Amino acid sequence: MTPMVEIINVSKSYRRGNRTIPVLVDINLNIEEGEFLALMGPSGSGKSTLLNLIAALDHLDSGAIRVGGIDITALSENELAEWRAVNVGFIFQFYNLIPVLTAFENVELPLLLTGLSRRQRNEHVEMALRIVNLEERMDHYPAQLSGGEQQRVAIARAIVTDPVILVADEPTGDLDKVAAREILELMDRLNRESHKTIIMVTHDPRAAEKARVIRRLEKGFLNDVHSQDPH
Amino acid sequence: MFILKILIRNAFRYKLRTLLTILGITVAILAFGLLRTFINAWYGGVEASSASRLVTRSSISLIFHLPLSYKDKIRQVDGVKTVSWGAWFGGVYIEEKNFFANFTVDAKSYLELYPEFLLSPEEINVFLRDRKGFVAGRKLAKRFGWKIGDTVTLRGTIYPGNWDFILRGIYRGRNETIDETQFFFHWDYLNEMLKKRGSPRADQVGFYMVGITRPDRAAEVALAIDQTFKNSLAETLTETEKAFQLSFISMSETIIMAIELVSFVVIIIIIAVVANTMSMTYRERIGEYAIFKTLGYRGWRIAGMIVGESMVITLIGTFLGIALTFPVAGVVGRMLSNYFPVFNVAEEAIYMDLAASLIIGLIAAIVPTYRSIRIRIADGLRRIG
Amino acid sequence: MGVPLSYSVRNLWTRRLTTILTASGMALVVFVFAAMLMLAQGLQKTLVETGSSDNAMVIRKGSATEVQSGVDRYQASIVETQPEVAIGEDGQPFLAKEAVVIISLHKRGTKQENYITIRGIGKSSLALRPQVRLIEGRLPRLGVSELIAGRSVAERFEGSGLGETLRFGLREWKVVGVFDAGNTGFNSEVWGDADQLMQTFRRYAYSSVIFKLRDPSQFDVVKKRIENDPRLTLEAKRENRYYAEQSEMMAAFLRILGASLTIIFSLGAIIGAMITMYAAVSTRTSEIGTMRALGFQRKSILSAFLFEALLLGLIGGLIGLFFASFLRFLTVSTMNFQTFSELAFDFTLTFDIAWKAIAFSLIMGFVGGVLPAVRAARMNIIESLRAT
Repeated sequence: MTPMVEIINVSKSYRRGNRTIPVLVDINLNIEEGEFLALMGPSGSGKSTLLNLIAALDHLDSGAIRVGGIDITALSENELAEWRAVNVGFIFQFYNLIPVLTAFENVELPLLLTGLSRRQRNEHVEMALRIVNLEERMDHYPAQLSGGEQQRVAIARAIVTDPVILVADEPTGDLDKVAAREILELMDRLNRESHKTIIMVTHDPRAAEKARVIRRLEKGFLNDVHSQDPH
Repeated sequence: MFILKILIRNAFRYKLRTLLTILGITVAILAFGLLRTFINAWYGGVEASSASRLVTRSSISLIFHLPLSYKDKIRQVDGVKTVSWGAWFGGVYIEEKNFFANFTVDAKSYLELYPEFLLSPEEINVFLRDRKGFVAGRKLAKRFGWKIGDTVTLRGTIYPGNWDFILRGIYRGRNETIDETQFFFHWDYLNEMLKKRGSPRADQVGFYMVGITRPDRAAEVALAIDQTFKNSLAETLTETEKAFQLSFISMSETIIMAIELVSFVVIIIIIAVVANTMSMTYRERIGEYAIFKTLGYRGWRIAGMIVGESMVITLIGTFLGIALTFPVAGVVGRMLSNYFPVFNVAEEAIYMDLAASLIIGLIAAIVPTYRSIRIRIADGLRRIG
Repeated sequence: MGVPLSYSVRNLWTRRLTTILTASGMALVVFVFAAMLMLAQGLQKTLVETGSSDNAMVIRKGSATEVQSGVDRYQASIVETQPEVAIGEDGQPFLAKEAVVIISLHKRGTKQENYITIRGIGKSSLALRPQVRLIEGRLPRLGVSELIAGRSVAERFEGSGLGETLRFGLREWKVVGVFDAGNTGFNSEVWGDADQLMQTFRRYAYSSVIFKLRDPSQFDVVKKRIENDPRLTLEAKRENRYYAEQSEMMAAFLRILGASLTIIFSLGAIIGAMITMYAAVSTRTSEIGTMRALGFQRKSILSAFLFEALLLGLIGGLIGLFFASFLRFLTVSTMNFQTFSELAFDFTLTFDIAWKAIAFSLIMGFVGGVLPAVRAARMNIIESLRAT
């Protein structure tokens, strides 16, 4: 079976002044459908950069990336935007909800880029909010929600278009212990029950525990595979 | 000047925002300066009036004339030194939009009464000897390119016909408040022609200009003149030149007041917007000020930095605004030259500009300063994150 | 579909203070803009409505105004015999010979002098101006020192109300009536018997002759004849044209004044809008990054911020126009430079002025908002996501 994500000989560097700093060096990685992968490594190791490349937020210098069979490195900027809207769900460390929109409207946001009717959109949003258990708070603004609740809204937003991959960048970084555990359990459930492919960048070892596969990055190089048993 | 360097560097950390704020202040100061110049121009005639000159005219209105014979009676009034007379001619030069003030005067006495019109002695001599001669102000001559010796024709509106005059003198104003756009010619030239035509307007004067010996006696001399002609067929109204000019201005008072009011309000709004911006910037930097506190800087020192930065931005904007006021006033002055012969940027306007900028700079800094002095170190540091 | 409009609207609402301040700045500019246009419009409207195109006015050639003009009895009688002069109901030529002078009156309660036009009228004068109606008192009798005052003068000037007395030319003049001339300049005049006034002021010639055209289309014929007649030194204009010309200098002045003020102030308002929008973009950097990550195109971001700026302008414009519309209750009276006498007129709001004001506010919003919106659209996704 073709892997969901194929990362082939990918390299990327940043330019600072006249110096070129390599961030990713010749990365090769396959991520299977339904996998729950944690990318770990010290700061500056390039893990966030790799995540951004998979999510088509950034451009690589050399190599190719295929997601769901599509070579995303060959798409134009506008095509990438369209592709992201349908295929990628984002979960950020700081939730990144739009403060002036209600929980409902935040979750609805990605659907506005599709051609769905209002009724269809409402169905999808309600279902997503049900999955994350936040139906009763859907008319609240982010400022009225706790950190954990906000992250759950973000997750609902991430799954509402039924994307092929979920990318999470330090999803528990800004949460207390209890909320963090809730979020990780939610992500675990999404992975096991709905077979969502999740790629998570983290340096929280508890978060890494939930993942099925852990890869480490150091100075732009990918280390060997550490598989771990589903606990 | 280390402090100044820090202030300037800080101010330009957010180049675009600072630039816009400076521009905002520039516009506010420019607008303010321009408006004051405008109001000033309206009162222009008043500035140039002399305390030792009186204007005598018909008590009914300026359009009614007085007999020429009054001149002798006026001369006999106690306190009167010089008597001159004249009338508004209202001639049109080629077409109506070339409007400028033109009138006929008794040349010799008029020039005596108006030492602020500077002419060379030769010019005066030639002018006095040529009955068809006229004198024009420097700005007026420049506007139409007239040279000494040129013949200029005016089409009379009050006194019909085409009238030829020869330019015999170009006067300069003694200072910049003097109107340099006037055109005056000999009373005798007009009056002789009127007498020849048998016109009822012959020997009829539009106004008398009266020079008095002592300015502090102005009120009583004016009264004395009017008493002389009370209950005659043509009663007079005599007032100081300044009062005369003011009475014209008061007729357009409504418009002036409206302009003043609107200008102040608009400028206040712009100031508020700019102050809001500066507050935004300081709010963002509260964290930094907390750090300064941990390093041992005391409240008033921080306040000084904030106010200093605010003043740097404000002053730059103000100087730009003042600098721009001159060319802009020049352009506007040219466009309105028909209505305002004198359109100068007054010194007073500049001082008001500086005062305004001081106020802007301080007000913008008040709230941030207050907050930064009072902020607790821990709260401030948390904001940096 | 793009970013929802409610996003822009709610963001303006969330930062209420800044929105109000910036919109107020624009509101004020629009207010000044509209006020100036309304003033010039009101001035021209008053003067344009004064006088009718069915009437011809004859004054001395070269005189810009009636006050400067002089038409002697001989010339006036020649005009009276022109065939184009309509015949009135009484079988007489529908024509009036009028004498116009300026006197000074004090505003009620002040010592301030203003110049007022006094018009010496003939029998047909009132009928020639159907816009003029007597609203109080009666018409002046001929051969007596009686006056009727226009409403604007009667209300504001000492001695000119019904029953009051004015003193000039060594005579007392009783005000026996007040007339309303609608929106026209006649409201700022005082009328009395021409012969009486001419005697008092020792004027031996009329100022103008006004007559109704038998056939309005024949105006050019009679104009040509009058102006080419060697016995006459006169020129003829349609009455409304004559008055319209009286407003030109003043209207031009108001327009120049209005334009220069508006331009400078609008620069300030635009800068205010720019500052506000740049700040908005800067504060919402991570939101912009999020929306781009979610798949919104650059142009959607651009439109959202541009819409916000336009909305800001529109709010400012509507507020400014709202307050400007109250100016309609104000009457301005000032000296008309051209005629040298008082003229009262209103601020007139037309649909033309209203939409110009709104368009202007939208333009201000656009110019202020376009650069910040472009900046928002061009942001790099990764960098904006990193911002807090």
